[in-house]
Amino acid sequence: MADVRNYTLNFGPQHPAAHGVLRLVLELDGEVIVRADPHIGLLHRGTEKLAETRTWLQTLPYLDRLDYTSMLPSEHAYCLAVERLLGVEVPIRAQYIRVMYDEIARIKNHLLNIGTHALDIGAMTMVLYTFREREDLFDVFEATCGIRMHQAYYRPGGVYRDLPDQMPKYQENRFKNAQTVKELNEARNGTLLDFLEDFTNRFPVYLDEYHTLLTDNRIWKQRTVGIGVVSPERALQLGFSGAMLRGSGIEWDLRKKQPYEVYDRLDFDIPVGVNGDTYDRYLVRMEEMAQSNRIIKQCIDWLRKNPGPVISDDHKVAPPRREKMKGSMEELIHHFKLFSEGMYVPPGEVYAAIEHPKGEMAVWAVSDGANKPYRIKLHTAGIPHLAATDEMCRGHMLADATAVIGTIDLVLGDVDR
Amino acid sequence: MSAKLERLCRQLKESFGDRIGEPTINHGEVTVVVPAAGYLEVMRQLRDDPAFRFEQLMDLSGIDYSDFTAYQGLRYAAVSQLLSLTHNWRLQVKAFAADDEFPVLESVVDIWNVANWYEREAFDLYGIHFEGHPDLRRILTDYGFVGHPFRKDFPISGYVEMRYDPEQQRVIYQPVTIEPREVTPRIVREENYGKGGRG
Repeated sequence: MADVRNYTLNFGPQHPAAHGVLRLVLELDGEVIVRADPHIGLLHRGTEKLAETRTWLQTLPYLDRLDYTSMLPSEHAYCLAVERLLGVEVPIRAQYIRVMYDEIARIKNHLLNIGTHALDIGAMTMVLYTFREREDLFDVFEATCGIRMHQAYYRPGGVYRDLPDQMPKYQENRFKNAQTVKELNEARNGTLLDFLEDFTNRFPVYLDEYHTLLTDNRIWKQRTVGIGVVSPERALQLGFSGAMLRGSGIEWDLRKKQPYEVYDRLDFDIPVGVNGDTYDRYLVRMEEMAQSNRIIKQCIDWLRKNPGPVISDDHKVAPPRREKMKGSMEELIHHFKLFSEGMYVPPGEVYAAIEHPKGEMAVWAVSDGANKPYRIKLHTAGIPHLAATDEMCRGHMLADATAVIGTIDLVLGDVDR
Repeated sequence: MSAKLERLCRQLKESFGDRIGEPTINHGEVTVVVPAAGYLEVMRQLRDDPAFRFEQLMDLSGIDYSDFTAYQGLRYAAVSQLLSLTHNWRLQVKAFAADDEFPVLESVVDIWNVANWYEREAFDLYGIHFEGHPDLRRILTDYGFVGHPFRKDFPISGYVEMRYDPEQQRVIYQPVTIEPREVTPRIVREENYGKGGRG
């Protein structure tokens, strides 16, 4: 009789399906996973410790680098925390802009998740489609703040600048002739909001395409239905949030239950799953994209009609306008002080949570009255989800480990901080 | 919202009496300090008591108070953020470890399983030991890392750096070669700064 025993397999740290540098030590019995032990920290940059040595404003761009697939919501949580400590009022237009960009980020995040998840478990085509749409959204970001990925667009007190009046256009070159360029630029002749509106009109069609490709696809269903099932009770015990919690049938969304910014004025629904498996979570994410699309439309309408300031006029927190600064001594001093020693945040503690595309993202900020944070704790949704991998993988086949990693919407920058 | 939070505070006082500190409301959040001795029972009751129903532990993090301005007291604390889906309220629970030299607290893994990784993280970064934790390993730092990097006396540049040594043909650790520098100093203004009436 042959000697059969368990053996250990190293999944990652460099593996295309590990979504970053995740080292997953799998203990296998044949092809069945007995235990999964994720080793994290390979991307640990000590963001929280770094934040203690920077001023409140300098910390902001680090937040982009956490979850590098949806950056603006992370900034949002940080700005909310600082604003609550300071007691600053954010102009209503800035609140709408933030909500709109959060929802764009949500669509972008879910597109990446669904595309790569499908890629991981064998459906090559999806990622090509979802990345086509992500490209449009990246263009929106680029037009707004000049940067495609790490925007640093939100500031304590509002957003850095108002929406631009025009979209960048394609130009003729060796590869694109006049006719192609004209077609590509068709949606780009108006303002940024026109371009976005065009996108929101196109997007439901794209969503239908994805549904055609995946939702009734037999292979996709075989790979996802009944995989990584989490009961509602376990989901609570394991600290789940976001689509992972809703996939298990618990209706909980911070945008509805503890509304921040202007979410209480907007009309949208919360999709909830039934079985708590990978397939249900996929459906929840698909529907969330449709709902985000609705929110974006409402924001566009509002933003068109209501011009106004986009950042607080408290110059101890937000810089004065450039032209004012050149003519007034006081504004010059404000500007200099703000960017050299930074703002002073009154002593206190705040736990500011938002509904990040991946779940609850929160910043616990402790201030002792200095120009730098005393302690910043970044709660990201990825940690409890990844910690549950062991439970979700147990008893499944090795190939299902990738399905589970895909469904928890893993980004290691978010987990390791 | 604040009426609701006051109700939570009142219920906390009624249910726990002097087993917990005085609940406070700041920035729309309720905070309560729990002595390390009765920590576990209080947490269990917070989850199970229908008056509170904190089904979820959203976050647990360590903190080192040694540099805190005008602070005298115990150095390490574990701070939990509890969330009740039933009542839709949050609570921040702070537990200070009794001994600054060897901080120990009880583990809440049995109450909320999610605490497993959070406590590992607090142990890794702050050196707080959690009694009764099933698997208290380091989590974020390197294999074989020495020290607890988020303590306030740990320098931001660390003690060792890693590089590839072409002679030995392997990756080696050596003492750090970079000088720590501080571009903007950390300042705490005295009270009423800039309000003296002279510009």
